Amino acid sequence: MSIKRIQLPMTAEVVRSLKAGDSVLLNGPILTGRDAAHKRLVALLDEGKELPVEVKDQTIYYVGPAPASPGHAVGSAGPTTSYRMDAYAPRLMEIGLNGMIGKGKRNDDVINAMKKYGAIYFGAVGGAAALVSRSIESAEVLCYEDLGAEAIHRFVVKDFPAVVLIDAEGNNMYEIGPAQFRAEQAAKEGK
Amino acid sequence: MREIQAVEIQKAIEQLIYEASYVISPDIAKAVDEGIEKETNPTSRNVLEQIAENYKIASCERVAICQDTGMAVVFIDIGQDVHIAGGNLEDAINEGVRVAYRDGYLRKSVVGEPLFDRVNTKDNTPAVIHTRIVPGEQIHILVTPKGFGSENMSRIKMFPPAAGVEGVKQFIIEAVKEAGPNPCPPVIVGVGIGGTFEIAAQTAKRMTARAVGSHNADPRYAALEEELLTEINKLGVGPAGIGGYTTALAVNIDFRPTHIASLPCAVNMCCHCARHAETTI
Repeated sequence: MSIKRIQLPMTAEVVRSLKAGDSVLLNGPILTGRDAAHKRLVALLDEGKELPVEVKDQTIYYVGPAPASPGHAVGSAGPTTSYRMDAYAPRLMEIGLNGMIGKGKRNDDVINAMKKYGAIYFGAVGGAAALVSRSIESAEVLCYEDLGAEAIHRFVVKDFPAVVLIDAEGNNMYEIGPAQFRAEQAAKEGK
Repeated sequence: MREIQAVEIQKAIEQLIYEASYVISPDIAKAVDEGIEKETNPTSRNVLEQIAENYKIASCERVAICQDTGMAVVFIDIGQDVHIAGGNLEDAINEGVRVAYRDGYLRKSVVGEPLFDRVNTKDNTPAVIHTRIVPGEQIHILVTPKGFGSENMSRIKMFPPAAGVEGVKQFIIEAVKEAGPNPCPPVIVGVGIGGTFEIAAQTAKRMTARAVGSHNADPRYAALEEELLTEINKLGVGPAGIGGYTTALAVNIDFRPTHIASLPCAVNMCCHCARHAETTI
């Protein structure tokens, strides 16, 4: 299994080079946010106000980490289910967000925005939260501290393991992977 | 009559939450290891390897297996010859939850009101408590901290009896298929058949904590469990939903008496971090 090491923030060229199914190791700064933070960001955009964080060319990780125990930058920090951010994600891509990390299906609006603006949806392994947290070197709260685990953090990650679930052309591992499996099984049974 | 101090229950709850949150039960770890052997696609196999490695890190370092440390669901069976002294039961359980989520570095994921304010209670209380009064003078406690990535993919349907075995089968398979990658497969599928609306759901929840590899004592239900597991693993959803053999680790079914007019079926989806721990006082 070949693994690509990706430096964040991603350039448009890197975005274009990634294909659904690629295994990657992410390096550099990422933002975090879940539904509550997304709701606030989009409310600000609706009012025409400036956001408290820069999202252009950034990658956002859908996560609400467990509290850090002594000696750790962050507690267990696996991905949360992404569809809850679907209502907000296209707005952020419109202003330049080019990476999302989560788990689970996305709707057509999100995939169309990914194709239109050039963005990647990465998957981290749901539940592998203690393992993922080992690749988070530092964590700081950027804004919305009142949201606790749901605040927007900046993580700096080193060799964060992920898979390209949906690429900027809209190719989707959640469709390709299971379909390929079923085709292989059907071929085996046919023999 | 045996007297049990409320604080003993509180401490038991605290310890069970630590145990469940940090250490996966061996039957689940074994099933994931078996999945690694089976997967041929390297990316799918790597997902299971990450899951297995994660179990090891969490138990060695005593950190949460998953950051969604869930709502604390507590099944407590109280012997009718027990007298709980020095406090009341619900307070003792909630205090155990409060201390465990604070001192155990577990995420607080409960909002006090679901629709308007959604303000976090900041201590993961209240627990969800299912109490039964049973014969004897012991207390049995089962704690199943439940994450909501999989909880949100759960389904219930009040079938007419004519839907029969086939209707129930299709409903369960469809629930896993539709959920796809969202509940963090490989999943454990808890199924409750019969009862009333709420009993079907509660039975399904209990089934998420039954050991992988165990079967219903009724051979017809045991056969149904096997058949459904095989069918679900033909869907190809696979580890993390990216395709493969290992979509579910178990389908655990239990049944309850029901009304002549109904065939309730509840499917409670649980991720591979199916956390549970139990003790008897």
